[in-house]
Amino acid sequence: MHGIMKPDRKIMIISTASVAGREEEAGPLGGSFDLTDTKDDSFGMKTWEKAESEMQRLALGLALSKASLTDDDVGALFAGDLLNQCVGSNYGLSGYKIPYFGLYGACSTAAEGIMLSALTCDAMPVRAAAVTSSHYCAAERQFRYPLEYGGQRTPTAQWTVTGSGAFIVSSVEEDAEKRRGTRVPVITEWLPGYVVDRGITDVNNMGAAMAPAAADTIKRYFDGGHSPEEFDMIVTGDLGHEGSDILCELLLSERIDISKVHTDCGKLIYDAAAQDKHAGGSGCGCSAVVMAGHILRNICDGVLNSILFIGTGALMSPLALNQGSSIPGIGHLLHIKGEVL
Amino acid sequence: MSYFLAFAVGGLLCAAAQILIDKTRLTPARILVAYVVIGVFLGAVGLYRPILDFAGGGAATPLTGFGYVISKGVKESVDRDGLVGALTGGLTASAGGITAALFFGLLASLVFRSKPKK
Amino acid sequence: MDNGTYKKYVETRAKKSPTLKNCLRAFLCGGAICTAAHALKSLYLCFGMPDETAGMLTSVTLIFAAVLLTGIGVFDKIAKHAGAGTLVPITGFANAVASSAIDAKTEGFVLGVGAKIFTIAGPVILYGISAGVIYGVIYYVCRML
Repeated sequence: MHGIMKPDRKIMIISTASVAGREEEAGPLGGSFDLTDTKDDSFGMKTWEKAESEMQRLALGLALSKASLTDDDVGALFAGDLLNQCVGSNYGLSGYKIPYFGLYGACSTAAEGIMLSALTCDAMPVRAAAVTSSHYCAAERQFRYPLEYGGQRTPTAQWTVTGSGAFIVSSVEEDAEKRRGTRVPVITEWLPGYVVDRGITDVNNMGAAMAPAAADTIKRYFDGGHSPEEFDMIVTGDLGHEGSDILCELLLSERIDISKVHTDCGKLIYDAAAQDKHAGGSGCGCSAVVMAGHILRNICDGVLNSILFIGTGALMSPLALNQGSSIPGIGHLLHIKGEVL
Repeated sequence: MSYFLAFAVGGLLCAAAQILIDKTRLTPARILVAYVVIGVFLGAVGLYRPILDFAGGGAATPLTGFGYVISKGVKESVDRDGLVGALTGGLTASAGGITAALFFGLLASLVFRSKPKK
Repeated sequence: MDNGTYKKYVETRAKKSPTLKNCLRAFLCGGAICTAAHALKSLYLCFGMPDETAGMLTSVTLIFAAVLLTGIGVFDKIAKHAGAGTLVPITGFANAVASSAIDAKTEGFVLGVGAKIFTIAGPVILYGISAGVIYGVIYYVCRML
């Protein structure tokens, strides 16, 4: 049945937190983040990698305290980032006494973590947390050039978001009781993506590498009997301006028109006119901070009711690229609804 | 007049590289490598010396000029020391530039740290 | 749509870099750096230095300036607009060396700075020198004949 999963339990996103850098603070969603480092994106740390770890530590801490939870209240922690060996998560979350599962889903990690949290919460009444991050400076060093290197970007290149988002997902009855009468984001369906590789090798056009994966997952979802009109918003993770246009065109060729309700976290996070970010934001932090801050808040406030979130990831490896391989993409789909409990 | 020629020739060499960057899949690192090797080649076949005489700093400053220095050093060493000069000439002639870049680079790493970007 | 068609479709729809504008900027900036080098060399020659020393010192001065601008975080801002205009002159080489060194400092001075300083400079030196060796051997053989 197209692989769409529906939970038996009510799976709520009971708390979120977002931590971001100064470029994100200066963008249109600047006010929606819980915490920002407007000074130098270092979060008081000596290296960019440690700064990224610190963002994850802060994000999870904030998400827990917002819901008045301690480590013991959470049964599983799914986290990952872009750095080699996922050091952002491994070091940042090492102080928490929560069973930990490290993930690598590139920029789709937020969606992947929430999905695995939902799966866990469907299996038993438990709380699970999903945390992810990316840091522009750490990602540049690892994937592109040294920070001070004088290079030019092409118009389709994207900008790695400095930010971390944490989500606490719960199927515990007591959490629902506590929130009676309030609007809470509820995960009603999810559809994991396939790895889709359409032969794109241009690291400066990640949107094009990811768009076919997102299109594939969305098409499989709509083949299951849904139509784009049922949703207030179909939001992709970090396709950026270029990838978003490609996605809409790819789906249109399959006679699925999402252009009226589609938006993308990479398009929302920066001001295309005022900030020199080319095709928009990317990275694990991109969808994480936009979902945790702006979009899920809009669901709680009733501005949005029913949305599809497709976490997109470019599973790019500099080593594989040098060996002549192309960039595979992935898109994980979540259906999130605002529900008055 | 010599300043104008330096400007024009140097500018053209840079503009040519810009076309290569924008129109082909060549990364900046590959462009640098290509320019040095082209400089060695042009120096070897005796074409770079006339350009250098014509454009001065316009031909000496781009990395092709660096390649020319290598080829010139190799030629002089082979003339003086025979075959072993093929091994010693290149680095000897380019030693000043390479050492300056590496040593200043090391100093810079002691003094500065990389900054976040906009 | 097969992969080949998709790749072509992506390449045709992608907004291209403004080559004309970029070339003009590269021309102006590269030209300016070369003119400055030319002036510097004339200056050093005025001091009575031999031609080769003056040429070498000119390169060293440009390298120093590029390293300094890299260190204070200005070089990449200029290069963003100048493109090949700052890359192709010896300044680009110096920036590649210095930026790698500064960046790798957090991994220590031996395996960090010491190894990474050659990331971009290494290939340039390797292939420049190797081309020189090949030329030297050919030149030697030709002279023998």
